[in-house]
Amino acid sequence: MNGKPAPAIACPLPLPDQGHITLAHGGGGTRMHDLLERVFLKRFRNELGDGQTDAATIAVGEGRLAFTTDSFVVDPPFFPGGDIGSLAVHGTVNDLAMAGAEPRYLSAAFILEEGFELARLEQVADSMQAAALAAGVQIVTGDTKVIERQRGGGIYINTAGIGVVRPGVALGPGAIQSGDRVIINGDLGRHGMAIMTMRAGFDVDTPIESDSAALWPEVKALLDAGIAVHCLRDLTRGGLASALNELSASSGRAIHIAEDRVPVLPAVRGVCEILGFDPLHVANEGRFAAIVAPEDAARAVAILSALHPDAPAADIGAVTDAAERRVTLESVIGVTRVLDMLSGEQLPRIC
Amino acid sequence: MKYMDEYRDRDAILRLAEAIRRTVTRPHAIMEICGGQTHAIVRFGLDQLLPDEVTLVHGPGCPVCVTPVEMIDKAIALAAMPDVILCTFGDMMRVPGSEHDLLGIKARGGDVRFVYSPLDAVKVAEENPGRQVVFFGIGFETTAPANALAVKTAAARQLRNFSMLVSLVLVPPAMEAILSAERCAVNGFLGPGHVCTIMGSEEYEPIARKYRVPIVISGFEPLDLLLGIHMCVKQLEAGRCDVENQYARSVARAGNAAARALLQEVFEISPQQWRGLGPIPASGMRLSEAYRDFDAEGRFELAGVVARESEECISGEILQGLKKPCDCPAFGTRCTPDRPLGAPMVSSEGACSAYHRYRPALAPAQTGECA
Repeated sequence: MNGKPAPAIACPLPLPDQGHITLAHGGGGTRMHDLLERVFLKRFRNELGDGQTDAATIAVGEGRLAFTTDSFVVDPPFFPGGDIGSLAVHGTVNDLAMAGAEPRYLSAAFILEEGFELARLEQVADSMQAAALAAGVQIVTGDTKVIERQRGGGIYINTAGIGVVRPGVALGPGAIQSGDRVIINGDLGRHGMAIMTMRAGFDVDTPIESDSAALWPEVKALLDAGIAVHCLRDLTRGGLASALNELSASSGRAIHIAEDRVPVLPAVRGVCEILGFDPLHVANEGRFAAIVAPEDAARAVAILSALHPDAPAADIGAVTDAAERRVTLESVIGVTRVLDMLSGEQLPRIC
Repeated sequence: MKYMDEYRDRDAILRLAEAIRRTVTRPHAIMEICGGQTHAIVRFGLDQLLPDEVTLVHGPGCPVCVTPVEMIDKAIALAAMPDVILCTFGDMMRVPGSEHDLLGIKARGGDVRFVYSPLDAVKVAEENPGRQVVFFGIGFETTAPANALAVKTAAARQLRNFSMLVSLVLVPPAMEAILSAERCAVNGFLGPGHVCTIMGSEEYEPIARKYRVPIVISGFEPLDLLLGIHMCVKQLEAGRCDVENQYARSVARAGNAAARALLQEVFEISPQQWRGLGPIPASGMRLSEAYRDFDAEGRFELAGVVARESEECISGEILQGLKKPCDCPAFGTRCTPDRPLGAPMVSSEGACSAYHRYRPALAPAQTGECA
């Protein structure tokens, strides 16, 4: 301590702005949102892209096109329930579906590290094609770059997608109204914890499989049934908590959910408890929140549950007209607390 | 889920809260020692179920929070060395040192890896024979045995490239420091369940007698905590000061003999600086003579590391239970998880982090009060 006696009360100075990207900037929480605002939206914001929806929709003739892009850097690239290839298709297809658009065409750009096994690349490509066929999209253009060994993580994929929005469909935070119900299409946390258990080498009695899936069939079923869907949001990085906070902020409305209505598989809950994670903050790749008119909520749950009875949908709460425009949660023991967006990325706790 | 849902049963919890309400006749301040208990209390809102007479205050039981800033600076200095791989737990990555955190050093090219066990760091050393691997070993008696095992394993495998930056601390001396302080505000304790699983409950008996304070060793689920509070309140009302064990499904009076023997072999008791609490005699562990070769502080030149301190953060008072996070003027404004003034705001077990995550509306700037 520089030769001076240590003070009885010790605390550090605030950290100066470090001026470098850290892993916390990629976690889907407040750091990432700050980065998007400070660097990208400050420069790129326009009437079509304001960062508040998963895909931009563009008027073309009498209809609307939806356009989106996403990059996939998952480690490990192969995991229970999927791989980086199927994920790259599902992620972009789902961003289109969240805009109410039927996915049509994808691009696929690969950044490969020198030394990556060709057989594994073929496995990824097979997986992409299977996922594309199942989602009803075609991969119509692409690009490949190779970087030197040890400069990357083996394989990265970027996909962009184009979809078509049917007339009369206009989903977005602006359409959210007080009283709307919050529906989720299944149990939460599987994808994040499947990846985490792989990385940590956990030997779990019940292996956790990713929920990675294309969501358009579910969205289409809701729209076809005439459900008054006001907004959709997939629950990827940052999980349900981040998605609902984004929707609350961009719609200017409060959201209240009940913790015991949120389905989480026992194995997912168990690993989350061990690592100190909250399932509501964990990433999903086949789950979304639908904000629907209250009179349609029960029907929406029934429609979604019928599509995959093994992971039934749930009505977990409502949009409210509370003055505090935030997301609150009634805990399992009946006490209300704030459900905040995660800061940085989730890191396993010590004990 | 087995062993979890039964401890989160709403009706049982409400019945127990009512039993506490019926038992209490005067004010009591009860400190939970462990940061995991703090988070469970705030996450489930247990404090909101208690009568006004029972105040829960939060103790120094977050291993990340009490790690001295100079140790974090030393870890950062090691991580910046080109031939060093620094391994640590994820919790440590974002804790601020004087100028940087480990995540920032990693972003600038330092080889920092987070692991789930100290033994993972030994594996990293085996896989990287040409580089020095340092494990930043922090924590309480709970994590210390795994640290000891890592050192012992590295010694058995004759790994010359593994060492440990040790900052291990002991709970009982910290409790004594809190109880000896002039402004002690604690009437009873919830003892740390995980720590006692290793060390047993018996070493708390002299403290209970000497300071005439009840100590109830408690678990981490809502029912565990409320039952521990009820047991503590009953003792306080009756004027008793015993060590009682609510967490008997995990804690034995003598603890885990194998883990204690391992600790005794690899470590020895030492004076220790605590972040927020200052120096406490005989409150830390350092490598014993037989394993001193594995001490990173002996292996690397770290004497030039100088820690800088600030006067704004009140984490010292928070860690002693004298203040609550929302008593801090900087809470939620100048101090947030993104820009922490102190470790309690960034650590997943820190009291400030718990309040910020679950009670952000309590920021004084917004409400003017600390509930």
